[in-house]
Amino acid sequence: MTTLEDVSTTPVVLGGVRGGPPVPTLRKDRWWIQPVVTVTVLTAFVAYATWAAFVNKDYYVGATMHRDLISPFYSPCLTESCVPGSHPGTIITWWQISPALLILIFPLGFRLTCYYYRKAYYRSFWWAPPACAVADAHGSYKGESRFPLIMQNVHRYFFYAGLIFNVLLTIDAVMAFRQPGVGLGFSVGTAVLCVNACLLWLYSVSCHACRHICGGGLKKFSDHRIRHRIWKTLTPLNAHHMVFAWMSLVFVALTDVYVRLVASGTIHDYGFHF
Amino acid sequence: MPEIESHDVDVVVIGAGGAGLRAAIEAKARGLRVALVCKSLLGKAHTVMAEGGAAAALGNVYPEDNWQVHFRDTMRGGKMLNNWRMAQLHAQEAPDRIRELEEWGALFDRTKDGLILQRDFGGHRYARLAHIGDRTGLELIRTLQQKAVADGVEVFMELKVLRLLHDDSGAVAGLVGYWRPSGSFVSFTTKAVVLATGGVGKSWKYTSNSWESTGDGHAMAVWAGADMIDMEAVQFHPTGMVWPLSVRGILVTEGVRGDGGVLRNAEGRRFMFDYIPPMFAAETADSEEEADKWYADHSAGRRPPELLPRDEVARSINSEVKAGRGSPHGGVFLDIASRRSAEDIRRRLPSMYHQFKELAGVDITVEAMEVGPTCHYIMGGVRVDADTTATTVPGLFAAGEVAGGMHGSNRLGGNSLSDLLVFGRRAGMGAADYVEGRSGSASVDRAAMEEVVRAATAPFERESGENPYDVQHDLQETMQSLVGIIRTGSELEEAMGKLEELEERAANVAVAGGPQYNPGWNLATDLPSMLTVSRCTTQGAIHRTESRGGHTRDDYPAPDAELGKVNFVQRVPAGGARSGGAVGTPSIRSITITPEPLPVMPDELQALFDEEAH
Amino acid sequence: MADDTTTPRADGGAGGAGGAGGAGERTVTMRLWRGDASGGDFVDYVLPAVEGEVVLDVVHRVQADLAPDLACRWNCKAGKCGSCSTEINGEPRLMCMTRMDTLPPDEVVTVAPMKTFPVLRDLVTDVSYNYEVAKRIPPFNPRPKTDDEVAAGGYRMQQIDVERSQEFRKCIECYLCQDVCHVIRDHEENKTAYAGPRFFARSAELEMHPLDATDRRELLQEEQGLNKCNITKCCTEVCPEHIKITDNAIIPLKERVVDARYDPVAWLGRKILRRTKGTAAEAAATAPAHGPAAVQPEVEVTGTPGPQHR
Repeated sequence: MTTLEDVSTTPVVLGGVRGGPPVPTLRKDRWWIQPVVTVTVLTAFVAYATWAAFVNKDYYVGATMHRDLISPFYSPCLTESCVPGSHPGTIITWWQISPALLILIFPLGFRLTCYYYRKAYYRSFWWAPPACAVADAHGSYKGESRFPLIMQNVHRYFFYAGLIFNVLLTIDAVMAFRQPGVGLGFSVGTAVLCVNACLLWLYSVSCHACRHICGGGLKKFSDHRIRHRIWKTLTPLNAHHMVFAWMSLVFVALTDVYVRLVASGTIHDYGFHF
Repeated sequence: MPEIESHDVDVVVIGAGGAGLRAAIEAKARGLRVALVCKSLLGKAHTVMAEGGAAAALGNVYPEDNWQVHFRDTMRGGKMLNNWRMAQLHAQEAPDRIRELEEWGALFDRTKDGLILQRDFGGHRYARLAHIGDRTGLELIRTLQQKAVADGVEVFMELKVLRLLHDDSGAVAGLVGYWRPSGSFVSFTTKAVVLATGGVGKSWKYTSNSWESTGDGHAMAVWAGADMIDMEAVQFHPTGMVWPLSVRGILVTEGVRGDGGVLRNAEGRRFMFDYIPPMFAAETADSEEEADKWYADHSAGRRPPELLPRDEVARSINSEVKAGRGSPHGGVFLDIASRRSAEDIRRRLPSMYHQFKELAGVDITVEAMEVGPTCHYIMGGVRVDADTTATTVPGLFAAGEVAGGMHGSNRLGGNSLSDLLVFGRRAGMGAADYVEGRSGSASVDRAAMEEVVRAATAPFERESGENPYDVQHDLQETMQSLVGIIRTGSELEEAMGKLEELEERAANVAVAGGPQYNPGWNLATDLPSMLTVSRCTTQGAIHRTESRGGHTRDDYPAPDAELGKVNFVQRVPAGGARSGGAVGTPSIRSITITPEPLPVMPDELQALFDEEAH
Repeated sequence: MADDTTTPRADGGAGGAGGAGGAGERTVTMRLWRGDASGGDFVDYVLPAVEGEVVLDVVHRVQADLAPDLACRWNCKAGKCGSCSTEINGEPRLMCMTRMDTLPPDEVVTVAPMKTFPVLRDLVTDVSYNYEVAKRIPPFNPRPKTDDEVAAGGYRMQQIDVERSQEFRKCIECYLCQDVCHVIRDHEENKTAYAGPRFFARSAELEMHPLDATDRRELLQEEQGLNKCNITKCCTEVCPEHIKITDNAIIPLKERVVDARYDPVAWLGRKILRRTKGTAAEAAATAPAHGPAAVQPEVEVTGTPGPQHR
């Protein structure tokens, strides 16, 4: 006879046999498509960005072509090596190689620590797990509890840095309405830079850290009506963070491609002026 | 004889829905050793299905609302067959029980002033239902579950209780059951038992209830010698889905008819016009043209006959089906698709639209629904003392759907959730008071225990025997067709005979496999409960030769003032289970029925009804 | 695996017609896991196809006609109680919410028990791990009522303040999110110090509850493994209630932890403003005080009283 006080339940032995089907997954659909696409696109982007960053030329379309278009990979261009006209002035003197490398740390850090990209690369590159209900590829798993992954917690600083870049790239887009020697105008290049800046803004403001900082961290919305309204506006954007992440990533590369093609003289930047 | 695990506690609460959880919390707060036993996992009880809300005269929306008005609404809804004291306590205490939930973490929808928002519901004079969207039951059970866990209530999940055991004085002293996962037997000695086992709907073919609602508590009370009242009072919803199978039993809200949905038979005829009773003729439209004007402007015409009271609608559907004009799967068509634009339907009935789309692939904006009367709730149950919820058996308490009296012959929507809270708490208090007033520890007879175990394992021993699913199927067919929403004397008598046959068949079922999580065996052990409550309902229906609330007799279509003054009380006379512990399950033939006068309402409460008259 | 298993055809009952169905009648083949903790195998059951069914209906027909002892857990059959969680064609789902006509036609339908929990029998698993974790969540701890609230009879809360937590209270505790979470699905040892998506949502609900006064951040990070979650969002994908567990519960919790531990600007801001509420130091000091939360040091998870543990 036991009484309730005596009911000390026998512990479940961890690592014990679970008894179900001993297979990594029972999924029958093509769950591997998503990781394959992610790996392909991200690898292509990284490869292109690395090449574009190191090549250190054709990133600016200047007055000779009556344009002021700078590739987002090279903006703000602050080192000595920057093409004349592409920068407000030399601020950093000790940097000898491509200025893009100095710049790309920040957007790269922002995207690397982004809650969406984390999902994407943990799944597709790290296979932890490759897809839902598909066994992950690791013997042990500690998640983001230790170095280096504990550094993911700095995401919001990259978010702040990203905002600065968004401002600079917005200025670039506004500047792209200038057509030196001609006046104000509008060209395909202008549109490309504008769309690029918009997409980057959308990516930033839809960020989870942004949503938290702007209002999500509040316990009681009714005491902070304005921040609640901002949070309420950001929430539907946040739901599409993944879409903005991909769109802005692809478009930033396309912007660089476009500027590069124009700068190298491969294509002409069609436009008009007022 | 298999080994029987044993526990010794002060109070066992059987059932972990709203009432059981609330009772356990209360008894635990008194410092007692409480075991909460439930047939499913914790938090899965049928309470989660309640959508509308919990009725309580908080007065947050209409300050003029108060307990007297709620009390009057409840009594009138129950056609005055209610236990007046229960209805009074319920109306008085419900507001505090709701606010208490909030202190335990529940998050009801809010008014602009930040108080609990209340919504309108049929039969309630004022907007009175505290709610959270359409998942109030889930909120209630989750809040209570989390409170119980925080308070350290010991929960015994997936444990089916077979029988209550008694000591020599006839008081409840223990119980025997089995763990469903392992099939191993377990017993409790306890000073008090609270029944909170819910309903009985699984005995009908079309029911909104889950497999759990086999009436275990009702049946165990009968076998323990307790009194049952009003067992004929079963609430049917006129429009539950009968097809597709995936949504059978799911209720189609009256809102569908209120928003323009019409009932058609297999010939496409809008048949409700053929069934307008003289009593409602003055206020009901007699042509489709007139009825259709009403939807847009309620003053432009009289109400469409689809919006007659539930029992009238159900009776009409029943008649159409019996006349062979039903839908292919035994219901009728509820058509809103041809009457309103798809956009309108989606906007006005979003949850209905999504539910059927997701669960059944039925697009109610395109096709008609197949609906029919569906068993929903039993008003009758164990007779209890209103203040303590004590049954007529010492040490046995009952609260929630298993207890009778609170709702009379018909329950108002929203009153069940508040019933759980008010009487769940009172059951915990009643049981605690009872336990504190007793000395020594309870003891039960080992032989009685073993007898229960032997009976439960018998289906394994039989070489050949019937499949319990077949018996259940025939029971459901019998109850649906003969003891459904509309009843007649001859059919009820026929059902009595069939139930006796079924009892013999149930005693000879055989099951395959072992005892571990064996649903066939589990069903075999549920069958005696289902048969017992079915018998009570059928027998009660035979004796109540009138139509009142949830009980409708085709051969006695009007209420009978004399019968309105009595409860039909059913019991297994002493000498059965009451003394000497369990001696086999009493046959359903041994249940007797006698009319007994209702408790008399004091003058000051009676006055509430008189003053309303003028 | 499944293809190698013996496939006893339906013997008797309604499913008598084997294979493609003798009389041209359409059939469905259900490949159900039969077994217990010691192992088991898939068994195929062939039944006539019936229009308008969900997987649970077909499993019930298997029980009624072919295998009365087939174990499956279910209750409401309306997607409201969260009992019938299994893995259908490898995807964690509720049987009552999975319509047969949404599965590939003319293909075998595989139903297996949830992988993360030990099998009790057939499709039923021992989910007591979840009930144990639930006990370790510091309970709701409301602030005292104000004088106005005492007079009004109840707390005052605005709708906008309760909506966030209400989303998490939609949870029906089906534990599909716990099942799909690879942190415990593929790494049993993490069960000792990992609450899982369901209980992160519960903690988020309390963190965002306008009345709750407990700071749970330190506990979440240190004891309940919030930092083990790598936000791969499978919990959100499988949630039958469509709760945005990752976006609305886990990530906001992670951000709250950043507020408390990893954000020097916020820390400095608090120091300067000398806010009385919710400093990191307080968080650290108060969290462990909330009783049952502390995880036992030994490497074991205690189970609820249940036969499987005896």
